[in-house]
Amino acid sequence: MVNWTTEEKHAISTIWAKVDVDKLGAHTLSRLLVVYPWTQRYFSNFGNLSSPIAIDGNPRVRAHGKKVLTSFGEAVKNLDNVKAIFDKLSHLHSEKLHVDPQNFRLLGDNLIIELAASLGKDFTPEAQAAWQKLVGVVASALSKQYH
Amino acid sequence: MVHFTAEEKSTITSLWGKVNVEETGGEALGRLLVVYPWTQRFFDSFGNLSSPSAILGNPKVKAHGKKVLTSLGDAVKNLDNLKGAFSKLSELHCDKLHVDPENFRLLGNVLIVVLAAHFGKEFTPEVQAAWQKLVTGVASALAHKYH
Repeated sequence: MVNWTTEEKHAISTIWAKVDVDKLGAHTLSRLLVVYPWTQRYFSNFGNLSSPIAIDGNPRVRAHGKKVLTSFGEAVKNLDNVKAIFDKLSHLHSEKLHVDPQNFRLLGDNLIIELAASLGKDFTPEAQAAWQKLVGVVASALSKQYH
Repeated sequence: MVHFTAEEKSTITSLWGKVNVEETGGEALGRLLVVYPWTQRFFDSFGNLSSPSAILGNPKVKAHGKKVLTSLGDAVKNLDNLKGAFSKLSELHCDKLHVDPENFRLLGNVLIVVLAAHFGKEFTPEVQAAWQKLVTGVASALAHKYH
C-alpha cells in the first residue's frame, strides 16, 4: 500500500481543484498521441488522427481524454485505495483492450507536462513530486490485474 | 544517428532562443533533486539539500544547473552530431562521475516539465515532440561512451 504524507495529499488535492478535467484530459491524450505516435494504434476507430491539429480537434479524443481524467479524479479522492479503484479498469485494459502497461507511464508523464503547461509556476517542485508519485501509483494499479 | 526534420530543428532552435539558460538550468536540476531524491547522492558537496526550498535556493545547484543547460545549448547547435558533441562528457560521466545513465533520461524529462511550465500554451504537442526527441538523443549520446 502507498503511504502519502499530509503534504503530498494536500499538494495533490490543491492542484486538482484548479484543474479543468475536460481540457486537461483532452490535452493530455493529444500530447500522448502526437509525441508517441504508436499509441494511435489503440484508437483506430477514432477517425482523423493524421496531424497534431486533427488530433487536437478530434471530438473522440476529447471525449476519451475526459473519461480517462475523470477516472484519475476517482484516484485523487481515494488516495488510500487506488488499487481497488482501478481493479476493473485493469482487467479491461489487459483482457479486452490489450494495452501495453508502459503506455500508462507515458500517459502519466504527459499528464505531468500538461499540468505544468496549464498551471505554470503553481506547479511547484513539491506539487510535481506528489503528482509524479500519483501517476506512478495509478500506472501500477492499472497494471496489477495483468496476466 | 538521430535525424531531425527541418521543422523539428526550427522548433528546437526557436524555443531555445527564448530560454533563460541560468534560470531554466537551476530550475531543472532543482526539480530533479526534489522529485527524484536519490539523485542527491551525486551532489554531496553541494551543502544544504534538506528541503525543496533549500534545494531550489542553493547557489551550487543553480550554478551546476546553468553549466548543464549550457551544454545542452551545444547540443542545439550540433543536432546532426550529438554523439560527437557529448563524447568527452560521456567519458567523464562514466569514468569519473559514475552516474547511472537512467538519470540522464530523468533530467531530460524534468527539463521538458520546466519548459512546459515556463512556456505554457506555446509548448504545444509538436514542440514537446521535438524536444522529447532532443533530450532522448542527448541522454543516448551521454551514455554512448559507457563501458
